[in-house]
Amino acid sequence: MVEAIAFYTLAALILGLAILVITARSAVHSALFLVVDFFFVAVMYVSLGAEFVAVIQILVYAGGIVVLYLFVVMLVSLKREPEQHADTRRLKFQGMLLAGVVLLELVGIGAYAAARDSAPVVARVAVDIPVQGGNTEQLGWVLYTDYLIPFELASILLLVAMVGAIVLAKRSLD
Amino acid sequence: MIDTIVTPLLKIAILLNAVLVAVTFLVLMERKVIAWTQSRLGPMRVGPHGILQALADPIKLILKEDITPAKADKWVFTLAPIMSLVPALVVFAVIPFGADPLYYVSDINVGLLFIISMTSIGVYGIILGGWASNSKYPLLASLRASAQLVSYEIAVTMTLVSMIVTAGSLSLVEIVEAQREAGVWFGFIQPVALGLIFIGGLAETNRVPFDLPEAETELTGGFHTEYSGMRFSLFFLAEYANIIVISAIVVIMFFGGWMRPFPNVEVLSFLDLIPSWIWFVMKIFVFLYVFIWIRATFPRYRYDQLMGLGWKVLMPIAIGNLVVTAIVKVLL
Repeated sequence: MVEAIAFYTLAALILGLAILVITARSAVHSALFLVVDFFFVAVMYVSLGAEFVAVIQILVYAGGIVVLYLFVVMLVSLKREPEQHADTRRLKFQGMLLAGVVLLELVGIGAYAAARDSAPVVARVAVDIPVQGGNTEQLGWVLYTDYLIPFELASILLLVAMVGAIVLAKRSLD
Repeated sequence: MIDTIVTPLLKIAILLNAVLVAVTFLVLMERKVIAWTQSRLGPMRVGPHGILQALADPIKLILKEDITPAKADKWVFTLAPIMSLVPALVVFAVIPFGADPLYYVSDINVGLLFIISMTSIGVYGIILGGWASNSKYPLLASLRASAQLVSYEIAVTMTLVSMIVTAGSLSLVEIVEAQREAGVWFGFIQPVALGLIFIGGLAETNRVPFDLPEAETELTGGFHTEYSGMRFSLFFLAEYANIIVISAIVVIMFFGGWMRPFPNVEVLSFLDLIPSWIWFVMKIFVFLYVFIWIRATFPRYRYDQLMGLGWKVLMPIAIGNLVVTAIVKVLL
């Protein structure tokens, strides 16, 4: 009962803040709402017993990525009024179309999950390894055994992105 | 009821007050030590040897007029000092002052990561304060600060990972206990990591020689140029609280936390007469003194030197240290 109340309160806060992120007039305000939103997502992770993921969520997203967003936002001029689009009807139509596609996707994911009706991966793993001092050990264990290849692929992807960014920046300097 | 609500709240209240009082006296200590370094006397008028200056300063700051610039973004301008101070104080929740659960608010199993993530939130105060002031010097300072903090954070976090590998835990209590089991302070096992974290800590707290975000000779004060009164002092409280946090981390990770020297030697057990939290506070004070000492003696880095040091020197050393630590850990 308490868990359900906590979950729905958190979910409502997360979604409400997400709406504020996209409706805020100032880009800096948007970024701030995003930070607070990430915090509530971290609280959600804590309520699910995933302390490690929660702390990493704050460290990487709230503490790292949004700082870089803010860095960019501060460098671009924000004094200009939002542009008046010539054809607002077409823009609205495109927006509706996109929203429809996303909704369809969400419904599809939900239906697929309901049809498959399998236990979540974390629950399956938790049986094998003794729980000692939270789930950080379990996470590390699973990441470097069962999910080693996806993990390494993700690191290579990040490395490629990093090299690409440096190459792009260098070329414009020379 | 008493165990879950009253005791933690009481502990939090005591801890917060202790930290804030310690900060006011830390400011006095800084002024005194710098004065002595420069053959001056420092504050002498308020109380014997200026000891009551620590009380006079906060009263002065509270009574001062609080000005918000007309062109500032009011909400963000108000929020920035708060976002600066709160993470600095929240960190104390996981810092253990003794082995007994009485001496810490909570021992979460990701304690060290919690500290890292909270300090990474602290940068918002500086960035937003500089931006919301709508003034050119604070904006420049906040751009410098964000670049500096993000760069040094990587090296510090990498070094902390090698310490996690050494101790085998993320919990601060267990890291200290690991040093008792190892029979030696980790500062002697990992001197490179100690140096990296200390340098990184200086940079993260915007202290000399890395105080470019508040370089008064270049930026007329830095990110808090437009702030006055209590809001200005919130930034200062945050900065000094962060210095205490960095000193506490160094003591916990490298110098045995709350334990007396040589905790495994029976002959010295009379040292246990001094309670653990006093040992901890004494060790912290040594590092606070070193922080002030460095401020009194070092000149400021140039900006490109600062970034070069962070990316080209500290980060490769931190990664190399991590690799060596991991190899040694596997071999032993």
